[in-house]
Amino acid sequence: MEWIQQLVNGVSLGSIYALIALGYTMVYGIIKLINFAHGDVFMLGAFIGFYAIARWDMHFIPALILAMILCAVIGVIIERVAYKRLRSATRIAALITAIGVSLLIEYTVIFFRGASPEAYPTVIENTKIEILGAQISVQAIIILVISLILMLLLQFIVHQTKIGKAMRAVSHDADAARLMGINVDNTISATFAIGSALAGAAGVIFGIYYTRIEPLMGVLPGLKAFVAAVLGGIGIIPGAMVGGLLLGVVETVVSALGYSLWRDAAAFVILILILILRPAGIFGKNAREKV
Amino acid sequence: MKKSKIFWGYMALALVIYAVVQVLINNGIVTFYYQNMLITMCINIMLAVSLHIILGITGQFSIGHAGFMAVGAYVSAICTMQLELPFVTGILLGAIVAALAGLLVGIPTLRLKGDYLAIATLGFAEIIRIIFLNIEYVGGAAGMQITHQTNWTYAFFGVVVTILIISNFTNSRHGRACISIREDEIAADAMGINTTYYKVVAFAIGSFFAGVAGAIYAHNFYIIQPTTFGFLKSFDILIFVVLGGLGSLSGSVLAAILLTIVTTYLQGFPETRMIIYSLVLILVMLYRPSGLLGTKEVTDLFKFGKRGGSKA
Repeated sequence: MEWIQQLVNGVSLGSIYALIALGYTMVYGIIKLINFAHGDVFMLGAFIGFYAIARWDMHFIPALILAMILCAVIGVIIERVAYKRLRSATRIAALITAIGVSLLIEYTVIFFRGASPEAYPTVIENTKIEILGAQISVQAIIILVISLILMLLLQFIVHQTKIGKAMRAVSHDADAARLMGINVDNTISATFAIGSALAGAAGVIFGIYYTRIEPLMGVLPGLKAFVAAVLGGIGIIPGAMVGGLLLGVVETVVSALGYSLWRDAAAFVILILILILRPAGIFGKNAREKV
Repeated sequence: MKKSKIFWGYMALALVIYAVVQVLINNGIVTFYYQNMLITMCINIMLAVSLHIILGITGQFSIGHAGFMAVGAYVSAICTMQLELPFVTGILLGAIVAALAGLLVGIPTLRLKGDYLAIATLGFAEIIRIIFLNIEYVGGAAGMQITHQTNWTYAFFGVVVTILIISNFTNSRHGRACISIREDEIAADAMGINTTYYKVVAFAIGSFFAGVAGAIYAHNFYIIQPTTFGFLKSFDILIFVVLGGLGSLSGSVLAAILLTIVTTYLQGFPETRMIIYSLVLILVMLYRPSGLLGTKEVTDLFKFGKRGGSKA
């Protein structure tokens, strides 16, 4: 029965990874850039949520929505200021800029409020309910439900709306999409906005679940979410969800087996294995490189 | 004939610099504070040059360089502290094990390109760090105590050897093969260059000298901890190479010297330092993506300066 509990914990953690991974995978799909700053947008989301709940006495859901909106704005600003003019630059230049933006956000936050951690207020009573003899916390279930709703919403946006169609077109072939009259710049900004909003939501959820937030909290989950995106096949939206959930479960299992100190290594071992064995990811198709 | 003259000229210059600084240290004009800064500078130059051969010459984006530095640091520390071998043996063994680690990491990952390679090297560096964190023999998270054995002589000759070998490698047939990989990997492949082989060689050489730097670093700071060798350390090394110019050895050296001085004066304000560093990185990439010197060397500037410079 303990295993069901662990599984639920793993899935809750995994759904946070999945939410972050979605942003990575969408941005990578559309401009082929690993947005290193994505993990820091996640951190900013957690802090916005914290201030909204603890200082401005907002309820959980409005705080979540506020964090999502502000993160979307931040994501678009990052894209417009830093990444836009690098579209034709080399991959290394873009990647280095992304690392720079990431560190800039982290240390600007530390500069203004210090590096000390903050304790999230309790917004959902952490009662446990018994299902099939396993103690499952209400928090875990609510997190799961919210993540599922957001993922379904994303699926709807990507597959049923006009902007979603434009996003798919640009990620397929940006030049052809431009010829078809799609405003590529706006579409890319919209992708950043949606991805960052999801990261912001993940930040608030993370804060509620783990209760401890700090300015450098985004680094490791950000990297792991990237691993999740690669695991599922980068650029593929369902892949990011599955990859995130899988990674969360694996990490929880590694901890449960008593190797909690090795937990962080697990994600990177998975990454290297997948890169060597199946670089396209679980859902990816092997693409031949054109010269 | 002419080449060897230039070579001996540089060697003489290096010896003069060494002797002058050594005399100043002996006379106490260079205080302990500045001596420490000079040694840090030497370590940073070694790190910058060792990443330069991977990133600048071969064009492989590695952001896990601190991992190899950690291997060199820990292995040399084990040699001198636990096995009680002399310091030079420690440096050599540390560097060799770091090079082996580089081979181990390089062989599977260097088939990957660009972004994937970056993430894979980052992942490996994290794994290396977590391994040291979990080994009680080297102190785990608390770190390992080391006696102070580094001095100006070790640090300076480490730099000389590093620059000598890497610049000779760059100008050799093998170095040109690496440059061709940087310029266009597919074309290099088509010309019959074994791209994977050269990438792995460059990676191993880079790791070797990162190991040397790690060994000298470890014996300069009394204690090494796994947290020292995290992502931020890799980033520090990266910025030397990027700022100096991807592909310019003298550029990396200059950037390492410059940023070490900046870092020393900003020691009390780590956040400000990181904000400046990251802003510099972003601005350089946005407005001068090839770095300050591009692929040119400082010596080229003197040679062609009057003719309006050579445009690559």
